[in-house]
Amino acid sequence: MTQVPPSYRGSADYIVTPDLLQVVNAAFVLGRPLLVRGEPGTGKTMLAASIAGALDMELITWNIKSTTKAREGLYVYDTVQRLYDSQFGSRDVSDIGRYIKLGRLGLALTAPLRAVLLIDEIDKADPEFPNDLLWELDQMSFFIPETRETVAARERPVTIITSNAEKELPDAFLRRCVFHYIAFPDRETMAEIVRVHHPDLEQNLLRECLNAFYRLRDVPGLLKKPSTSELLDWVQALVLGGIDPQALTREMPFTGVLLKRQRDHQTFERYLRAHKG
Amino acid sequence: MFDSFFFLLRENGLKVSLTEWLDLMEALDRGLAASSLYNFYVLARAVLVKNEADFDRFDRSFRQYFGSIETPPEVADQVWEWLKKNDLFRDAPPDRPPWEAWNLEELRRRLLTRLATQDAAHHGGAHWIGTGGTSPFGHSGYNPAGIRLGGASHNRSAVKVAAQRAFRDFRRDETLGTRQFEVALRQLRRLSAHNEEQPEVLDLDETIETTGNNAGRLRLVWTRERKNTLKLVVLLDSGGSMNQYSTLVNRLFQAVNKSSHFKDLKFYYFHNCVYDDVFLEPMCRRNASLPVSRLLRLLTPDYRLLLVGDASMSPGELLMPYGALDWNAANKEPGLAWLKRLAGHFTHTAWLNPIPERGWENAEGAYTIELVGQVFPMFELTLEGMGGAVKKLKARSRS
Repeated sequence: MTQVPPSYRGSADYIVTPDLLQVVNAAFVLGRPLLVRGEPGTGKTMLAASIAGALDMELITWNIKSTTKAREGLYVYDTVQRLYDSQFGSRDVSDIGRYIKLGRLGLALTAPLRAVLLIDEIDKADPEFPNDLLWELDQMSFFIPETRETVAARERPVTIITSNAEKELPDAFLRRCVFHYIAFPDRETMAEIVRVHHPDLEQNLLRECLNAFYRLRDVPGLLKKPSTSELLDWVQALVLGGIDPQALTREMPFTGVLLKRQRDHQTFERYLRAHKG
Repeated sequence: MFDSFFFLLRENGLKVSLTEWLDLMEALDRGLAASSLYNFYVLARAVLVKNEADFDRFDRSFRQYFGSIETPPEVADQVWEWLKKNDLFRDAPPDRPPWEAWNLEELRRRLLTRLATQDAAHHGGAHWIGTGGTSPFGHSGYNPAGIRLGGASHNRSAVKVAAQRAFRDFRRDETLGTRQFEVALRQLRRLSAHNEEQPEVLDLDETIETTGNNAGRLRLVWTRERKNTLKLVVLLDSGGSMNQYSTLVNRLFQAVNKSSHFKDLKFYYFHNCVYDDVFLEPMCRRNASLPVSRLLRLLTPDYRLLLVGDASMSPGELLMPYGALDWNAANKEPGLAWLKRLAGHFTHTAWLNPIPERGWENAEGAYTIELVGQVFPMFELTLEGMGGAVKKLKARSRS
């Protein structure tokens, strides 16, 4: 790497812990992909957007699905279009290059300025998927046999990979990454996060909200624990509904915003009944 | 300068590679640790450790090496004490809401990952399931409380298990090493384009053919993507003698469970041998069972049958009517008859045995292993054996 990359300091709408900051910058310097894991709703995906925003880089997102193939991220050869064009003679079909469409990784490599590439939920794909990308992520280049061209990065993109640990990732792949586990935010960090989104929130209300929220998260047996995004929605609902902070100690309005499953509502009600007396 | 730290990490079971170590050195050269031990800690962890389950192991190594914080060993002990107390959950009255049990599992999972080493935790886990049982495996099994219940094979009542089955769910947080199994399982597929998907893949050969027939006017032919049509039914032995293999079987279970590429995947459990019923849960409780006769009607013969068990039992369990280990299982026909029935129904079957193959002849249950091996093609539960079993299940015709 020839230039010293600008270092990331977090952004206004995204709270980063000092640990994560350091890890992000280490990944920058080493030119390694950063693998981020953590509970849903801990802002894994947001991190990439925040980095892109803070450093004024383009964000290129590659959403992985169970059917995603590694090659799709590099390029797609549009045979059908070429066949059509050859039929109707509307375009010069001898130039195969016109029918090569770069995928998300390809776009990130060819971006004129250093870009942020987010490979979202890599564990959704086939177990072989990460291995198929080893060379490309290592070298940040790939070869297109159809046109005999090599696509190589002008600027090594900042690569953020998120995983929900649904599947295990291959060791060879992991060796090439820098890893960070985003823990669920503690109360103080959470207060900061809420304040970023609701700067005018009363101190009282915020405290009671967080109390109620963490109490709810501690209810045993929830299938889906409410996460940050649900808390933010809930606070929004409370603000709009004009709820008195004191009321939160007695009851919990709008639980539908926090709990998404029927079973969880029943669990919660049972828990409340059991802890009343 | 930290070379011995590298070796310490490896000694403590962290698979730190040289690539990662060199990355860390480079990061240090570039001043990323900013000459602070804490920064070094964060940096080293991010570069060297790739799984949060290993964080604790790393922490301990770090403390050991840099000695700034003391490792309190009593924490681990405390956790075990705690777990033992909650062990009573198994006997919880049935009207208790199910989420409490689930929660115990969750707590256990978290605590286990926090424990010193994964291996020790699992070892302990087996201990927890079958406390104190020391009888050789294959001899009529253990009961959950760990009391040996062996006995002469001809004395039917002596072989019966009076106690309830231990709480043991394979769906635990055991993920280490499942990947290899997963990859082996991926071979288990029969691709076919005859599925219900919308045709969306261009069939190039067919397109050229029809375009040619169409005097050069382009005619596109689409085809369906080839999908796996293989259906798999897995019967798992959750009998007492399988306790010692729980880690291994966990891995297999996780791998099979994660394989989303089967057209259909069914899991049932049995206790030492299959009799009139199979069970829906590892606890093999009567109220969650399925008669084998129904199973055979339900599943067409083209389901691949994979049995996992040590096949090691007292001969009576396999050969005698009413030989089943459980009190309330009154099997009129011997287990072997049921096994043969299964083998006769399904066209492709295989048995995976966690006992290494070289031990089959000398194992406690050598006699029953041999008998079962005559009914089902038997393989050891290793990557290699799994490959053989997969091949058997994939074979075009019965062999």
